[in-house]
Formats: sequence, structure tokens, C-alpha cells
Amino acid sequence: MTPVLTTRRIVFWGAVALCLAAMPLIFTQSFALSMLSQMGIAVIFALSYNMLLGQTGLLSFGHAVYFGLGAFFCAHALNLIGAEKFWFPVTLVPLIGGVAGLVFGLLLGFVTTRRAGTPFAMISLGIAEMVAASALMFTTFFGGEGGISTNRVVGEAIFGISYGPQIQVYYLIMGWCFVAMIAMFALTRTPLGRMANAVRDNPERAKFIGYNTTRVRWLMMSLASFFAGIGGGLAAINYEIVTAETLGLVASGNVVLMAFIGGVGHFWGPIIGAVLVTLLQSALSNYTQAWLLYFGLFFLVIIMFSPGGIANLIALHKPVWSASLVKRLVPSYAIAAIAGAVMLAGFFALIEMIYHFEAKETSSKEFSYFGLMLDPLQARYWIGTAIVFVIGIALVYGARSVVGRAWENLTVELQKRGVV
Amino acid sequence: MEFFLVTLLNSLSYGLLLFMLSSGLTLIFSMMGVLNFAHASFYMLGAYFAYQTGLYVGFWPALFFAPLIVGGFGAATERFGLRTVHKFGHVAELLFTFGLAYVIEEVVHLIWGRAPVDYRIPHELDFTLFTLYTTQYPAYRGFMMLVSVGMLLALYLVLTRTRIGLVIQASLTHPDMVESLGHNVPRVFMLVFAGGAALAGLAGVIGGNAFITEPGMATAVGSIVFVVVAFGGMGSLAGAFLASLIIGAIQTFSVALDYSMLDVLDMAGIQVASTSAWHGLWSITISQTAPVMPYLLMVLMLIVRPRGLMGTRES
Repeated sequence: MTPVLTTRRIVFWGAVALCLAAMPLIFTQSFALSMLSQMGIAVIFALSYNMLLGQTGLLSFGHAVYFGLGAFFCAHALNLIGAEKFWFPVTLVPLIGGVAGLVFGLLLGFVTTRRAGTPFAMISLGIAEMVAASALMFTTFFGGEGGISTNRVVGEAIFGISYGPQIQVYYLIMGWCFVAMIAMFALTRTPLGRMANAVRDNPERAKFIGYNTTRVRWLMMSLASFFAGIGGGLAAINYEIVTAETLGLVASGNVVLMAFIGGVGHFWGPIIGAVLVTLLQSALSNYTQAWLLYFGLFFLVIIMFSPGGIANLIALHKPVWSASLVKRLVPSYAIAAIAGAVMLAGFFALIEMIYHFEAKETSSKEFSYFGLMLDPLQARYWIGTAIVFVIGIALVYGARSVVGRAWENLTVELQKRGVV
Repeated sequence: MEFFLVTLLNSLSYGLLLFMLSSGLTLIFSMMGVLNFAHASFYMLGAYFAYQTGLYVGFWPALFFAPLIVGGFGAATERFGLRTVHKFGHVAELLFTFGLAYVIEEVVHLIWGRAPVDYRIPHELDFTLFTLYTTQYPAYRGFMMLVSVGMLLALYLVLTRTRIGLVIQASLTHPDMVESLGHNVPRVFMLVFAGGAALAGLAGVIGGNAFITEPGMATAVGSIVFVVVAFGGMGSLAGAFLASLIIGAIQTFSVALDYSMLDVLDMAGIQVASTSAWHGLWSITISQTAPVMPYLLMVLMLIVRPRGLMGTRES
């Protein structure tokens, strides 16, 4: 048996911890800090989702249910602590969310995990709808439309940590994120984690060896819900408000996008996805109204051309990197980047023109596009952007074969060296 | 009695509309193994296309053209989207349709805006069909039922009485054999997908003006259709039909019933103090539980009979 604590692992996780601790020293603005906190929560949530999709092969469309229920239980716990009906350190409150997630995961998972594959996807969606609809029905617990507000500065401060300032909340989130990451990584190396992979890849064979596949799915689902609940608890502490949207279908869909864009085939894929999606959501929404459309299209492009997500694209370059041949790819990638930039510039301009054309304000529809003034009321702007877009498509088409050729040459070289 | 009959008629027209959606979904599923998340989006597109073409040519041509356009759109989706993704497996296919639903909703926002559009029932059908006791029953509801039943009959005849219907049925169970006999099975798949999309589009054309045409209509009906398909049994047309009527009835009736547990307890002579912690729970009326009912029913069905009402396929 291989030792659990190898030097490599200790160094790696130590570096991760250092990075998380040093981040607020680099990004000092309050905007960046709240975004980093949001990312930490998203990372836990996306990783817990990948325990289902990536590791057990369960495509769930209702994972936000456990995240949201964890958040609601934590919000109520904070309120009870505030009313001094109940004593509990705020630092450990996310654990309450985790336990809530676990309990509901055990309960609802018992029903959903009896089926796998497509029926599971549908059933998880149905359960999510049911919980979301009940959330608006039971107003005493879920607070109806307004949700439940709470206050994280409750109980006595321990070592001067009151969780008033955002920086303290950041460290709380990152601490939990770090622990959860290690726990979820460790889980992939346990017999249960390995059995989950077996159940994903060949349930019949797993059954034949004598494992109960339903029970493996159920256990994984419950554990995933536990981690999702922790994430939800952190969200309750971070935002100090929990609404029914937290457990809604949009939130569930969002985590699917995060995990899949990042890549479900690798443990660290969803981390990339969570960071990227959070970044895109808060950055893009400042610049354009059409960001959801771009986001959806980006997702479709990933599915059609790189179903392994971004993590898989990175993993493809690993042998090239270790053979230090990356410089051979640089010229073709540069060409592809330019071609892609031209196409995207044309495409974004077209979409933005449509948006501004449809906009309600009638006086002037002119708008600034990367410093360029475009007027959707004049035909020449439409023709111009369309030409840029068409040229871009042609360029991308050409660049694809250039990149393909570069890779072909490289594969020959790699095979000669015996790397692949 | 009046209430019961009127609600029954309403639930019938709603259930038939649900069946128009779920029949396409279930056909596509049993043929390609793909659960089409964008199916309800085709329903929405049908309503919007009918609204847009109706502005120029009126309702009746739109009734014909809008489903055709949606069908063409469905064919393109299968040919250029799903077929590419197919080699990556079912999860990728499912997620592709999920992403497509997302994009379609945003495109609808882009073109028609976030507010509902003014898609109305045509003048010719805006009269009272008959008066039941005191309730006037609108002719449009009758028209909806007529179209649904007509489509149901047409679907049945196409599937069982025509050559292409037989090829489709054979491709469901023995795609390899059908291919060896010289039929282009991928094209049959495309046709079925387009047909399912067109059916959803037709449902959108006649449902969009009866209810409301807005960007949220796809998500509102989408999960109900999934419930119908899961409840009736995956891949079973007869099951989908029964489930559509049952779920349609449950939803319509529960919306109309304004009773709560309090009333029941009251009849039994038990008074619950309004200060009691249980008062909130008991005062929930049946109409308030209406949105939860179909899902609850589905969960119960899955516990008792995991393969659904008439399903044969295990997974």
C-alpha cells in the first residue's frame, strides 16, 4: 500500500494553503475579496457536484437543493445563536449545513439513486422542482419570497474573530474550502471512491463482483450532499441572506455548467470551472446584457468540441510540456488566437448591435464597442460587422488545419521519443 | 356539478396539450435514448414564431408555418448538434440539449424581450361554444382539443399505417437490421427529432395564446413534461397519454380547490388555535400545494413502481 502522506502531496497542499492565505495580500480591493469568497464557495459546491457526475456518473439537475437546505439551516442556526437560545461557535456553523445536507441527501437520495442514467437525471430534476415549489409554500421556514435574513456577528468573539469584516469571512471560507478539498480528494482514493468509479463505468460488472450499486450511488450522493451543505452554510454566513432561489433550478443548472466547463474527468477540473464561471459571471455582467447568451454558447462549444472540459485540454498538453516541445505549438496557437479574436469580435459586435437595436430607449442607439462607436440604425455598421464575422469564420477554419498539422508533427516526434 | 364539469373539460384540454409535448419527447427518447431538455424550448419557439408570422399573415397560415419552422430547426439541431456530440455519449447529448435550452431562452430575450408578447387567440374563435349551467365555455378551448385529438389520430395513423411509420417502429427496436435492409437510419432519427420538435411547436402555437407567451414559458412547462414522461414510463406513448391526462387533471383540479386541512378539521369539530405552531401548516390550501402535486406524484410512483405507469425499459 502506498503511503498517504507522501512528500509531494505535503508540498502540493502546503503550496495551495499558502496561495489561499496570500491571495488577499495581492487582491486588496473589497470587490476582489468578496469575489474570492464567492469563488471559494463555488469551488466546494462544484467539487461536491463532481462526486456525483464525474466520479459516480450521476447527472443530477438538483444539486442546489442540498446546498440551499444547508444554507437555510445555517441561517436559522445563526439566528438561534443570536437569540441566545443555542450555543455554537460560528466557525463550525457550516458543519450544521453539512449535516442538514447529509440528512436530506440520505432521505431524497434513497428515492433518486434507485435509478441511474437518464431516469436519474429526470428524477433529480423533479425532486428539485418539488423542493423549490415547497420552499414557496412553507413560509415559516423558507421565508417566502423575501427569504431568511441573518447576522453572522453573533455569539462572543473567539480570539477577537467576530466575522464582522469580510477578510475574516474570507479566511473562514478558504479554511473550509481547503479542508473540504482535501477530504474530497482523499475520498477518491478510498475503496468507496474506487467503487463509485466502477459503478460509473460498468455497473453490471460491479454488481457481479458482489457490490450493491444502488448503495454505492446512495452513499456517494449523501456524501456529495454533505459537502454541498457545507458550501451552502458558508454562503449563508457570507451573504447573510438565503432566498428560495438558492435551492432553485437555476442554481442547480449553474453548478452543472461549472463542473462541465471545468472538466468532470479530472479531480481539479471543477475547481477551474468554478473559478472561471464566477469570474465570468461577475466580470461579463458588468459589460454586456447578453452575457448569459455568451455563457450558454461557450458551454455548447465546450460540449461539442472538448467534452472533457478545460481540464482535459490542459491534460492534453502535459506530455508536450514534459518533453519541452511547447514552443513548437506556439506559432500555430498564435495564428488560431488571432483568427478566433477576429471571429469573436465580429460575433460580439453583431449580438450587441441586436441588443441595442431592440433596446427601449429611442433617442440614440449608438453605443461604444471597445472604444468604437457603433450605430445599429445605419446599415453600413451591420454590413461591416457581418464582414468581420465572416472573415473571422474563414480564418478560424484555416487556423484549425494549421493547429491540426502542428499537432500531427508533434505526435510523431513524441512517439519517437517514446513519451506517448 | 357545474364546477366539476367545467374543470374536467379544462383539465382535458390541458392534458391533451401536455400529451402533444410528451409524445414527441417520448418518441425521441425511445428512439435515440436522448432526453431532450430543449423540448419545451421548441414549444416556446412555436408560440413566438406563430406570434411573429401571425403579425404578417394572420393566425391560420401561422398555425401551419410555425410548426414547420420549428421542425426545420429541430432537424438542424439533430444534424449539426446532436450528431456531433453523439460520439461522446449520452451525458454529453443530454447536456447539449440542456445548453441549447439555455441559449434558446436567451435568444428569445434578445429578439422579443423579457416581457410577454401580445399573442392573442384569433377573432374567428373568440366566441362562446356553449353555456354549461352558468359558465360560458370558450370556443378556443374546444379548438385546442380538436387540434390535439386530430394530431393524436394522425400520429397514430402515421406510425401504424404508413411505410415510414413502420420503418420508424422498426428502427426503435432493431436499428442495425433496418440499416442492413438499406434504410438510412440516421435520416430516420433526424426525421423523428424534427417531427417531435414540430409537434412541440404546434402545441406552442395553440397553447401560447391560450395561456401566455413569455420567455419563462419553456421552464414552466418543461419540468411538468418530464414528470409526465417519467410517470407514464420512459418511452411508452400510451403511458405518456394516460399520464398527461392524469397530471393535467390533478393540476387543474388542485388549482381550483381552495380548501385547507383547517376546513377538514373544522368539519370534524376540531379547532386549531391560530397561535399554534401547526396552524401555518394546516392552513395551507390545496390550491397552494398545486405546484408540488405533480412532483410528489412522480416521487410516489418511483417508490412504488420505478419503471412508471406503462414503462417497459428499465433504464
